[in-house]
Amino acid sequence: MEEKREPVDLARSDFNFANQVAQTEGGQQISRCFACGTCSASCPVRRINDKYNPRRIIRQVLLGLKEEVLKSGFVWLCSACYSCQERCPQGVKITDIMTALKNMAASSNCVPDGVLAQMELIKKQGKVYAIDEFDNKKRIKAGLPPLPEEIDEIAQLLSVP
Amino acid sequence: MKFALFLGCTIPARSRQYEMSARKVADKLGILLEDVPGFGCCGFPLKSVDPEKTTLLAAWNLSLAEEKGLPVMTLCSACSSNLAEENHRLKHDDRLRRRINEKLARVGKEFRGTTEVKHILRVIHQDLGLEKITQAVKIPLTGLKVASHYGCHYLKPSELYDKFDDPENPRSLDQIVAAIGATPVNYERVKQCCGGAVLVSDEATALGLTKDKLDAVKASGAEAMTLVCPFCNVMYDNNQKSIETRFASEYGLPVFYMTQLMGLAMGVSSKDLGMNLNSVKTKELIARFSAEDEDDEKKEKKKVRKDKPGPPLQPLIK
Repeated sequence: MEEKREPVDLARSDFNFANQVAQTEGGQQISRCFACGTCSASCPVRRINDKYNPRRIIRQVLLGLKEEVLKSGFVWLCSACYSCQERCPQGVKITDIMTALKNMAASSNCVPDGVLAQMELIKKQGKVYAIDEFDNKKRIKAGLPPLPEEIDEIAQLLSVP
Repeated sequence: MKFALFLGCTIPARSRQYEMSARKVADKLGILLEDVPGFGCCGFPLKSVDPEKTTLLAAWNLSLAEEKGLPVMTLCSACSSNLAEENHRLKHDDRLRRRINEKLARVGKEFRGTTEVKHILRVIHQDLGLEKITQAVKIPLTGLKVASHYGCHYLKPSELYDKFDDPENPRSLDQIVAAIGATPVNYERVKQCCGGAVLVSDEATALGLTKDKLDAVKASGAEAMTLVCPFCNVMYDNNQKSIETRFASEYGLPVFYMTQLMGLAMGVSSKDLGMNLNSVKTKELIARFSAEDEDDEKKEKKKVRKDKPGPPLQPLIK
């Protein structure tokens, strides 16, 4: 399909952005990308929703288009399936880079509410779904061992910034 | 062969059929499992927002297994990849390990790097081998056409799993399907992601991905689908009905955890395998392989509490 092409306004570029990404876990090889498009061709999400385009996101990072990458919300469409990362001929850790970009977006408060809600649940109860008395009754009935309803140590570990 | 059983968040609360069947199958195959009450979330859901806390949470869980002197066995593929990844990082990054251990010391724990993490199906396929499975089969599932869904984190990142199966041409689940007497069915989009991870940010995209694969499985003539991760199960089993409504399609495709099919073939009763907890009805299909009566389905339905708070990670779409 035809993509809309526009000149990139480099006046809006933050040339430090690519360096920031290159310093994250897995981001070191980003500058090796030669834009072959294996990532986008392998991406299952892109088959369904063409707003998500990993090749484009990598290029935007290299061009320093920080605002566009972090505020557009596109990075949250990555399902972290590793199809692109397994196939990249240049060894760019694309899935790891998407995770690093999600971390950066989260630091600028561009994060889906559901993701934050999960974090609060885990901090409070040590798990996304707490086990309560009702669950444990059902577990025992099914021949499964009961589980603790709270894990205090996890709450303690996660409460410190 | 003994492991610390890591259940994670979703399975013990919302996918008990996986836990029930996994324990039964492990028992049949002589795998010993130890429960560790302090095991919590693996850290995966925090990965996109807080990498440091993700590592800390994984390190907490791994340190408990180390205290027991046991390797970790996971049932969920996301737990599997996150714990394996953090275990690898902590073992190889001295600075990270020191920093995390300072925090763990507050609750009297230490990560020493003495354990390893494996998915249950990897243990069964790689460490036990297909012959052991065949030997344990009592009722071969002859004639049952099954499509295997490998999912993403069971196979990838492959470098962390010592490439036990080829992510571009995976075979392990099909081989297990064949070992229990059923017929593995090939279909288009075998390797495609279930979409579960996107459900929280874009429901339409996530369900579109799930539908895409359900269409391909249906077209292949498979009678059932099998999988090894509770996230995938939410998408294909729990959400199948809503996908049918949303896209005006029809599947009626039973979705089994691999351990449920293995248990069935090993002569475990469908009640003990939690078959009544599957969303898409399995009764007709499994009646071909077991003589027992299934009245429990109705009884269990009455007991399901309706007012439970909705899960943010994987809303069960009504």
